[in-house]
Amino acid sequence: MAAQKGVDKGRGWSLGLAGLLAPAAFWLGVFFLVPLLLILAYSFGTSGVYGGITLGFNPENYLKVFDPLYLQIIVRSTVIALLNTLICLAIGYPLAYFIAFRGGSWKTALILLVMIPFWTSLLVRAYAWVVILGGNGLANRTLQFLGITDGPITLIFTPQAVMMGLVYSYLPFMVLPLYASLEKFDARLKEAAQDLGASRWQTFWRVTFPLSLPGVIAGSILVFIPSAGEFVIPDLLGGSQTVMTGNLIQQQFLNARDWAFGSALAVMLAVLMLGAILIYVRRIGTDRLEGV
Amino acid sequence: MVRGAPILKRVGSLPDWALLLFAGLVYLFLYAPIFVLMFFSFNSARSTQVWEGFSLRWYAELFRDQSVLDAFYTSMVVGVTATAISTVIGTLAALALARHSFRGKTLADSTIYAATVMPEIVVGVSLLAFFVAVQFQLGITTIIIAHVAFCISFVTIVVRARLSGMDRSLEEAAMDLGADPPTTFMKITLPLILPGVMAGALLAFTLSFDDFVITFFVAGAGASTLPLKIYSMIKFGVSPVINALSTVLLVATLVCILGGSRFFSRKEE
Repeated sequence: MAAQKGVDKGRGWSLGLAGLLAPAAFWLGVFFLVPLLLILAYSFGTSGVYGGITLGFNPENYLKVFDPLYLQIIVRSTVIALLNTLICLAIGYPLAYFIAFRGGSWKTALILLVMIPFWTSLLVRAYAWVVILGGNGLANRTLQFLGITDGPITLIFTPQAVMMGLVYSYLPFMVLPLYASLEKFDARLKEAAQDLGASRWQTFWRVTFPLSLPGVIAGSILVFIPSAGEFVIPDLLGGSQTVMTGNLIQQQFLNARDWAFGSALAVMLAVLMLGAILIYVRRIGTDRLEGV
Repeated sequence: MVRGAPILKRVGSLPDWALLLFAGLVYLFLYAPIFVLMFFSFNSARSTQVWEGFSLRWYAELFRDQSVLDAFYTSMVVGVTATAISTVIGTLAALALARHSFRGKTLADSTIYAATVMPEIVVGVSLLAFFVAVQFQLGITTIIIAHVAFCISFVTIVVRARLSGMDRSLEEAAMDLGADPPTTFMKITLPLILPGVMAGALLAFTLSFDDFVITFFVAGAGASTLPLKIYSMIKFGVSPVINALSTVLLVATLVCILGGSRFFSRKEE
């Protein structure tokens, strides 16, 4: 059927087009979409005592989220991910602003310097903080040297340690889109605002910042989504004290063997992600098309 | 602000100085932990905190550790295989998406973007559930399958960006001069999109080589990649051997980035 339309290159289906798309469609279909549908089905199933799953329509796994034990973990994860987003924005915005407007001929080098840690292994970055925050590590000795503390205090395996690791790991995700949107900024707009009598502060809040909003939102999504599902950093820096949703999912799949509940959590995380992306596309995607 | 102005030109008023100072502190924050980590890999004592003197003993120990070498080998096999497969599949898909409009294109586009933004833990557990459901033995094969699945989208996006900036009249000229579609592809299209394909392949290899979360779920007990090995070493306890391994990886990454950016900036000329 597809082969019949073979002549019409560029629009509609053809044999050649099917050949180009088939491998990707197969791989992503079988090894990405089908597994997602599988956990969607599992999330409405019932976990057996020995780890098996009986399929059905059981909303219990989703209701289990409201169990105070789990709700506490989910709320904490969301708060930590939100805080991480805000801190990355507070640190990343001035940095991106500095690189875009004061970087001069150093721009490329400065942005490359932000990207290098982003290209290095996540585990190596987390390990650096395990060492610094651990035992009588560099952080503790600095605190003692400055006279803030008298002896070593517990820094690792705290929510603060997780925050530190998250900000450290996700900062580049915030800086890159911010830089991309500030870099395109037409400096004449700023001059115009100032010529019309706006102070530097007013110029920033009424001209520069609103125009960089696509970058702010893109960066916030890029930081919030993965940090809400983060599992390595709380695992290495939070220990059993600061469990996040990602750790909870991992426990359900590997230790508790309650795959139905684990699937429900994973589905919720995926839906959260899709929701955020949709909001982004609706609110910013179209604005951007209208030309900046 | 004039483009290309020297870095310090506008630094004169308080906000600019504050901005410069702030940027300096952020770079310190980004790099100090890495440098501390590298520094203590040369420590002669077992401590990763107290400096005793210079030594290369942890590097010697690292390169004697067969399990680390095995994990490195596994990572290379997985990385090269997954890169080769995903680069071919992703490039083909990019050609289809950049050149054709067809029914279901929105679904194809959405799937590709969803695969890049889906939280890794969701991808990891869903693949684990899938492999267990179809009774596929977990091991190096499942790792490669999973890596190809998440690399395809990135390759497609990178190659497609290159294709959209390409002048199609060259291909039309080749066809008019009598070249058949395969010849046109090999002689005209492929050389033109090669930088994009290479960039996609490089990205795929980096993602595969660094991936921990997805691999963690689909590796099973049999196979261990380098990130899995590092994870179990950290879990076992802090040791300068991990510092040495981290240093080797950091230097390798840096060399690749600098080499890669050189290669691509020369290609652009």
